[in-house]
Amino acid sequence: MWENDQSMKLKVGLAEMLKGGVIMDVTSAEQARIAEEAGAVAVMALERVPADIRKEGGVARMASIKIIKEIMNAVTIPVMAKARIGHFVEAQVLEAVGVDYIDESEVLTPADEEHHIHKKSFKVPFVCGARNLGEALRRIGEGAAMIRTKGEAGSGNIVEAVRHLRAITREMRHLTTLREEELMAKAKELGAPLDLVKWVAEHGKLPVPNFSAGGIATPADAALVMQLGAEAVFVGSGIFKSADPAQRAKAIVRATTHYNEPQIVAECSEEVGEAMRGIDVSKLDQKELLQTRGW
Amino acid sequence: MTKNGKKAIGILAIQGDFAMHARMLERVGVGWRLVKHARDLQGVDGLILPGGESTTMLKLFASEGMDKAIKDFAAQGKPIFGTCAGAILLATEVLNPPQERLGLIDMTVERNAYGRQIDSSVRFGECPELADHPVEMVFIRAPVIRRVGEGVRVLGRSDGLPVLVEAGQLLAATFHPELTQDETIHQYFVNKLGSDS
Repeated sequence: MWENDQSMKLKVGLAEMLKGGVIMDVTSAEQARIAEEAGAVAVMALERVPADIRKEGGVARMASIKIIKEIMNAVTIPVMAKARIGHFVEAQVLEAVGVDYIDESEVLTPADEEHHIHKKSFKVPFVCGARNLGEALRRIGEGAAMIRTKGEAGSGNIVEAVRHLRAITREMRHLTTLREEELMAKAKELGAPLDLVKWVAEHGKLPVPNFSAGGIATPADAALVMQLGAEAVFVGSGIFKSADPAQRAKAIVRATTHYNEPQIVAECSEEVGEAMRGIDVSKLDQKELLQTRGW
Repeated sequence: MTKNGKKAIGILAIQGDFAMHARMLERVGVGWRLVKHARDLQGVDGLILPGGESTTMLKLFASEGMDKAIKDFAAQGKPIFGTCAGAILLATEVLNPPQERLGLIDMTVERNAYGRQIDSSVRFGECPELADHPVEMVFIRAPVIRRVGEGVRVLGRSDGLPVLVEAGQLLAATFHPELTQDETIHQYFVNKLGSDS
């Protein structure tokens, strides 16, 4: 797909390098060092983990530049940071600071309720969340070089990540069964660019890596989304909201690599203490959901 | 060797762009399998250490006994090819910061030496012994080879810096040939397996 697009080759290329790994949310240089030491492939710098954003409320914005710089200086692995949906100036600032990936994220309070950032105009790569194939392809159409299927961030509950990962893989399988003349109507239904719909119909997968995020709290959760087709995992509140961050981080890293080997996932599960408590997503009010942000 | 006697290359799949190497080996037309455990090295005739995060790979090496297994594999004279993070793993000395390594190729490698992702680039370099065309080289948060020891041959350069080196059966690239459509470098590595590959 990107043979003749050097910019996308570099952006998607970095996402390829992260496959099979764990990207961890961190809020300080100290947490970033713990994550790197545990084997994280990258860290996501943010001001508050989603569980705290959920609890404390208020407007959630891009992290403080001072903290992002401290994190960048503390580790040698790639550093990502979140910008608000549609807030292209936060993205410009993060690019100027030199972060390695920008997450245009529904976890922060959206800055634009109609438009996402025009990601093609940036040199730094973007990852975006998606709950279904149409949303994923719209983001790729805007220039996202990595998709993370959304869970319900900060819930410690895997149910939404599973729902959306299954939805996207099911929709892609379905596309491969369609005849060529059916693809235009399908593109209209999905609200997605026709060229990307055609590409997925031909290849049965997204043209960029597809990672999973939101609600992953245990080694078994990580192995579950990997078996369902995720190519790497983001872990947010699940690590630093647990009783034993370093040990849990290490165990989730190992379970992600060996996701198909129950004996190893069992060893990883035995090593960890108590997981974050988690919440029943079905008991949340519709307006409390973070996953519905993004259009 | 696989059951039908054809040679196969193992691709280290702890983490990283192992799938892109698999795609390239398909194009070259050689068998491959993913390597996640030391025991997976039995029955493969060569090994690729892919791009990714060298720090993550090192953490998982320790728990799987993989470092010793790879050194033994090299000691048997079997070919190994490392790209980017894989090249860092093969070096005898690593800078920025110093870290564990396999120490199989006598060279000093500086991590992230071009800068951050924003400084990543696609360039065309020269590999005069391998190809008479400029070779597309994708550098992603790439390392730089600061020193090569005696017995290490520089096969490729970009902007004057060595980017592809060889020491006997070992090959290391600071860039990602697996992210391009150019099979030159993988073909060169596969030729190291000898006949009937």
